[in-house]
Amino acid sequence: MSEINREAVAHLARLAHIEMTDAELDRMAGELDVIVDSIKSVQEAAGDDVPATSHPIPLTNVFREDVVGETLTNEQALSGAPDSADGRFKVPAILDEE
Amino acid sequence: MTAVTDEILSFDEAMEKYDPVLGFEVHVELNTKTKMFSAAPNIFGDEPNTAISPVDLGLPGVLPVVNKAAVEYSIMIGLALNCKIAESCFFARKNYFYPDTPKNFQTSQYEDPICYDGYLDIELEDGEVFRVEIERAHMEEDAGKLTHMGGATGRIQGAEYSLVDYNRAGVPLVEIVTKPIVGAGSRAPELAKAYVAAIREIVKNLGVSDARMERGNVRCDANVSLMPKGTSTFGTRSETKNVNSLRSVERAVRFEIQRHAAVLDSGAKVTQETRHWHEDTRTTTSGRPKSDADDYRYFPEPDLVPVVTTPEWIEELRSRLPEPPAERRKKLKAAWGYSDAEFRDVLNAGVMDAIEETIAAGASAAVARKWWMGEISRRAKEAEVDPVDVGVTPELVVELDKLVQAGKINDKLARQVLDGVLAGEGTPEEVIAKRGLAVVSDDGPLLEAIDAALAAQPDVAEKIRGGKVQAAGAIVGGVMKATRGQADAGRVRELIFERLGVQG
Repeated sequence: MSEINREAVAHLARLAHIEMTDAELDRMAGELDVIVDSIKSVQEAAGDDVPATSHPIPLTNVFREDVVGETLTNEQALSGAPDSADGRFKVPAILDEE
Repeated sequence: MTAVTDEILSFDEAMEKYDPVLGFEVHVELNTKTKMFSAAPNIFGDEPNTAISPVDLGLPGVLPVVNKAAVEYSIMIGLALNCKIAESCFFARKNYFYPDTPKNFQTSQYEDPICYDGYLDIELEDGEVFRVEIERAHMEEDAGKLTHMGGATGRIQGAEYSLVDYNRAGVPLVEIVTKPIVGAGSRAPELAKAYVAAIREIVKNLGVSDARMERGNVRCDANVSLMPKGTSTFGTRSETKNVNSLRSVERAVRFEIQRHAAVLDSGAKVTQETRHWHEDTRTTTSGRPKSDADDYRYFPEPDLVPVVTTPEWIEELRSRLPEPPAERRKKLKAAWGYSDAEFRDVLNAGVMDAIEETIAAGASAAVARKWWMGEISRRAKEAEVDPVDVGVTPELVVELDKLVQAGKINDKLARQVLDGVLAGEGTPEEVIAKRGLAVVSDDGPLLEAIDAALAAQPDVAEKIRGGKVQAAGAIVGGVMKATRGQADAGRVRELIFERLGVQG
């Protein structure tokens, strides 16, 4: 068993602002647990001398020169917005932070 | 805003009982032409949501690409802060849900900052030096700007909705984090101000940021905690966010020290929380307590490959660094021969650069200081502006000085000439001609005035004859008065001695 239990899933759902029913929490806890356990077998195969790999391809320093490129117009930018006003995205007031 | 007014202890009493521990997170917006991960322009004050690309909006399928100039600017900041530069580092996603980032994460750095383990020596006004250790300086991106609408005062409490402008989203940031600063004692507020001032000065001097605090180019979060005197275990800290002027940094740290002291004195515990600084009331109010919502679940950014530095690259960047501001000040002070107090006044008046330019334009160090700290500062005070904004150029100072040196005008007349120039009456020469300000250099009228002054003060004349040359001042004064200031005082003096047959 991994550390993914029902409470952990409930915590993640809250952080991700996803509403989940009790049944969904139970199901996800089980499914995520299987995934995490499967990945754990990779950890067993890698010895302590193998550093954590974040990028499998040995590629570094992919840079862009500091030159201005294309931008979106205000209309394009807002075209996918559920709501907008004054050229800006309109979102519900969020109360947990100033 | 919370209605609760916090108790505070007097600063002196707080200092008798506790030692403050400080920590700073300073965010510096870089002035690259484009954003950190997109080619959208990095500009201030454009029409909302126009300086953006699909990357900045986090649209599906977009891929970020690192701005090389932003990496180089970050390394330059690290070098200026005496940091080590990571051989290899990568970006990480800091996950949180708030509409200021449309991606639901901020691209930042976590385990491996590009710069780490540095220090900065901070000189306080009286010359005392504190070393502030730098924990890290890492690269990240700025967030969009939210405006809360419908509330009484534009604050979020009572707001019905918020409007978001993503022009700022993706602007390159360097976050500079100090190690805990212990031992500043009662000078903690001063040190806080001096530290942020030093960072601002350094990034401005490097040319990597516009460094305008009022525009949010340099933003400071100040951490404060207290330890009872004689102990060495850090207390619980508060983090005061977005203290955005040097004056408020000093005041906010001072206030938090006083507030913590009152909490601890009452036997209660300090809450670990975010505080908001209010310049109007000069107090902080409770923001948001640390909670499990601060679980940012950092993980390596899969869309960006690691940044690897070479010694050659770092040395090339090091060779681009200008002289550090503190060293430049030391050098200028020595070259100009100013006393500690004189130089400090020059710095406080913000006229060091102006004096340097004035000297470069041909004035002596003494003359440059006399003008900038005297007449120009006086006018600045009157007009309630900075001396450099009075409208006097270094070239004008040099021109006026040359006219004084040539005996064409004296200091008093020079001030009148300056009046004329500032009033738009033309060049100094033109003002002199128009206003008839040239000193009376023809000896005839001067001798008449001298004779009259000697006759009016026979006792003084007698003293001078008797060898008391310093008494001549009274006669010079009389002559100046008679000529309405248009005489060359030096020449008047010479003529007085000639007239009375004594050696000056």
